[in-house]
Amino acid sequence: MGRRDFRPFLAPAEDFRSVNSNVGDPSEEQNVSSTLERPPRRTARLDQVVVRFAGDSGDGMQVTGDRFTTGSALFGNDLATLPNFPAEIRAPAGTLAGVSAFQVHIADHDITTPGDNPTVLVAMNPAALRANVGDLASGGTVILNSDAFDERALDKAGYASDPRSDGSMAAFAVYEVKMTSLTLEAVKPVGAKPRDAERSKNFFALGLISWLFSRPIEPTLAWIAERYAARPGVVEANTLAFKAGWNFGETAELFESAYEVPASKLDPGTYTNVTGNTALAWGLIAASVRSGLPLFLGSYPITPASDLLHELAKHKQFGVRTFQAEDEIAGAGAALGAAFGGSLAVTTTSGPGVDLKSETIGLAVSLELPLIVVDVQRGGPSTGLPTKTEQADLLHAMYGRHGEAPVPIIAAKTPAHCFEAAIEAARLAVTYRTPVFLLTDGYLANGSEPWRLPDVESLPVIQPDLAVAPNHVGPDGEEEFWPYLRDETTLARPWAVPGTAGLEHRIGGLEKSDGAGDVSYDPANHERMVRLRAAKIAGIAEAIPSLEVDDPDGAGLLMLGWGSTYGTIVAAARSLRAQGLRVARAHLMHLNPFPANLGEVLGRYAKVLIPEVNLGQLSRLVRAEYLIDAVSLTKVQGTPFKVSEIEEAAMLLLKEIEQ
Amino acid sequence: MTNVMSAPTTSRKDWATDQEVRWCPGCGDYSILAAMQFLLPELGVQRENTVFVSGIGCAARFPYYMNTYGMHSIHGRAPAIATGLAISRPDLDVWVVSGDGDALSIGGNHLLHALRRNVNITILMFNNQIYGLTKGQFSPTSEVGKITKSSPFGSLDRPFNPLSVAIGAEATFVARTHDMDRKHMMETFRRAHDHQGAAFVEIFQNCNVFNDGAFEHLTGRDQRAEMLIPLRHGEPIRFGADNQRGVVMGRDGTLELVDVASVGESALLIHDETRPDPGLAFLLSRLSGGVDRPTPIGVFRDVEVPDYGTLMASQLEEVRRRKGEGDLAALLRSGITWEVDGRSPTAAPGEG
Repeated sequence: MGRRDFRPFLAPAEDFRSVNSNVGDPSEEQNVSSTLERPPRRTARLDQVVVRFAGDSGDGMQVTGDRFTTGSALFGNDLATLPNFPAEIRAPAGTLAGVSAFQVHIADHDITTPGDNPTVLVAMNPAALRANVGDLASGGTVILNSDAFDERALDKAGYASDPRSDGSMAAFAVYEVKMTSLTLEAVKPVGAKPRDAERSKNFFALGLISWLFSRPIEPTLAWIAERYAARPGVVEANTLAFKAGWNFGETAELFESAYEVPASKLDPGTYTNVTGNTALAWGLIAASVRSGLPLFLGSYPITPASDLLHELAKHKQFGVRTFQAEDEIAGAGAALGAAFGGSLAVTTTSGPGVDLKSETIGLAVSLELPLIVVDVQRGGPSTGLPTKTEQADLLHAMYGRHGEAPVPIIAAKTPAHCFEAAIEAARLAVTYRTPVFLLTDGYLANGSEPWRLPDVESLPVIQPDLAVAPNHVGPDGEEEFWPYLRDETTLARPWAVPGTAGLEHRIGGLEKSDGAGDVSYDPANHERMVRLRAAKIAGIAEAIPSLEVDDPDGAGLLMLGWGSTYGTIVAAARSLRAQGLRVARAHLMHLNPFPANLGEVLGRYAKVLIPEVNLGQLSRLVRAEYLIDAVSLTKVQGTPFKVSEIEEAAMLLLKEIEQ
Repeated sequence: MTNVMSAPTTSRKDWATDQEVRWCPGCGDYSILAAMQFLLPELGVQRENTVFVSGIGCAARFPYYMNTYGMHSIHGRAPAIATGLAISRPDLDVWVVSGDGDALSIGGNHLLHALRRNVNITILMFNNQIYGLTKGQFSPTSEVGKITKSSPFGSLDRPFNPLSVAIGAEATFVARTHDMDRKHMMETFRRAHDHQGAAFVEIFQNCNVFNDGAFEHLTGRDQRAEMLIPLRHGEPIRFGADNQRGVVMGRDGTLELVDVASVGESALLIHDETRPDPGLAFLLSRLSGGVDRPTPIGVFRDVEVPDYGTLMASQLEEVRRRKGEGDLAALLRSGITWEVDGRSPTAAPGEG
């Protein structure tokens, strides 16, 4: 294929700023490592770009995407990522089922989503192209590994004709690069077998894209050296492949120019790039430090929550005890046992694990002990889509237990927000002596964003307020400990841990008498206890912040979201406003109880739109609770909403309001 | 668990609660409760450091009657809950009270893994070979052919031998006692309590309502001498009213019951609780079964293996020694970090 102009990228729908792509405008030389050739180069400025790397699940696309992300973070861009990989570790090579992709959106300004449509697609084989090209923005760029486009591979991917020559990609700028053979040539000095040498081709691709977008190269070279330190041959091969990719961009004159996405004007501070799972694990450690309670995790491996177990297992210097249990039930059970003993107890899982833990969560409701239950939601029902995202466990968290068993529910809205959400879950669990659901999802868990690190001293302090003395005088004048004598304000019961002399007591799943906590089958007492437990959870509404509404123009339409739809809804609101439309938006972190002002907020708007990656679960709760005619926007494809999808739904409602 | 030997500072009544005991009159559970309440003062342990955790079933009401910390939890889950408590609080004495249905049916998995990990808990399994609280269905230890409400034509289930299960999981302490002999129970519980690691004790317990006399052929006053084989560490394994019978290793690798006179005392198997390999203890457990077969009683196995909670605590200490006490600010900076100064959009890479 002949040389074509490298055309400007389209801006993703979230942002209507003009694309500043001064192609041909020479700019300063980049600071490239001295080991690389440095001919004068031309760069053009872009304010944002969305790149998707796609290949076989064994091709190292997640690593490639992750390194590109880190390089961009260090460069100072704002960014958001969307990893997308199959459940199989190594699905058959070259098939659509085995395609693994990583999308990253980098910008010189504040962004909130990984982008609706990639503007650049790197495809390592025909299957990767076929599975992803449909998402590519019109006018976008395809960079493909032409070595992988033989007849057999095309056939495996289901192509009847070669897409490179059949005209099907006429709308895109297509660049063919012989990545495999160039990699093999580059790593020849290492002397590895071709099969092994070929494995470095993802670093060739990374080098090429790093050149194309003027990313700093030193962090990647340093990372390669550290990551593969145990295998010097691999360090050398990956380094050579990476540099070969970079130099290819520099010298091949395939591309008109390199591009630059300038650093974003972020708030001053120290930043790091975190995934939701890492931020959540750190939030739990922070809650342990800020409460003085030792952290205990009872867990069982499950996608996409296992990284929480992995991360917490690394940090034993904080006194973190991680217990990999025999099953989900034991993970929750052990955590509850540790809670009885005075630990900040956590169990982490995904939907199928919640099914199994439900019995223990019900016991925790009855025992009134603090327990944090983290559900990293994934596509269901049953095993469903283990590696794909969904928000369909809200009603499960809300109602998934027998009997009247209310629990507070908190949902994180962005990867970094998982940190704050974990601390808030711990605060509610400890303050109210209750199990708390903390909902995230696969998108938040594996997605990442730059995070301005908080001042540790500014984090909330959690008061365990453990019982140390008897709290009641018996009829004989003797001091006693009543485990179910409640705090008048919070209705929380005292938490007396074993080892405290004089406070020995028995608790269990049988109904207890109000106050004394003895087993009681008295009908009136049961009703009182059911209502007390409900009132305790409902009362949390008084201790959480009011719902804030972003409504600069006095809109008639409110977009109400929860969880990981945050970034998309924010982007949709910005886009609509940029078009002169008035729209309000609010995002719920607390889903049970709702903030006290939610009813009043909802009443202010003619229309309420609730986008959710499920079949309308929050919408159902809101309609039931507030008797308003909320409009549900739903999607269950294992992927987040696109900004355009929310915009379109909002525009329809705006038209209805006008009429 | 450590045994502090000192003069008792508590008495039986200190360990009893004011709750009315609600087992059926005549239930074997009463004598087990009494044995425990008599024993604890002798152990010199403190009420506030003692926790009883149970699941569901008749036996699981036990914690309500002990004036200690206690949790009556959910069916089968007591070993899991006790694991969390014991490994997060190695300073406590944690007892698990369970039954044959609770421990071996619905909670079988948790039992196996608590034993495998050697968690420092003492598990008492009341075996009455029946579901009592649900009013009389066959249990995982009921004999084949048992007629119950849920098996009107006879149970088809092959029963578990609880000790074979425990020894198969390589439990580090395994013993058996029965509800008709308080002294034997107290001695067995004491040994189990003294063991550091997971201890499993099967207690033959009579359910006089739904399975009365299930162990009468073994534990009845007139039967015991001929039907119970007392295991004593370091001694030849003998039994019978006149110690006339014994246990030898047969040529096919199984154990045989013999008349001592016919083989000579030197041929008898010497009981060794401390053998690291569980094979012989497993063979001893296989002697049980059927109404006419004598069954061993006492401590089958008592080996020293580091317990899980201690290992976990040492690992925490070791990491702390290596990395220093956790520093939250440093944790947040443990990945790649960069500074944004607010004036220039250029960011400088740096490692935190």
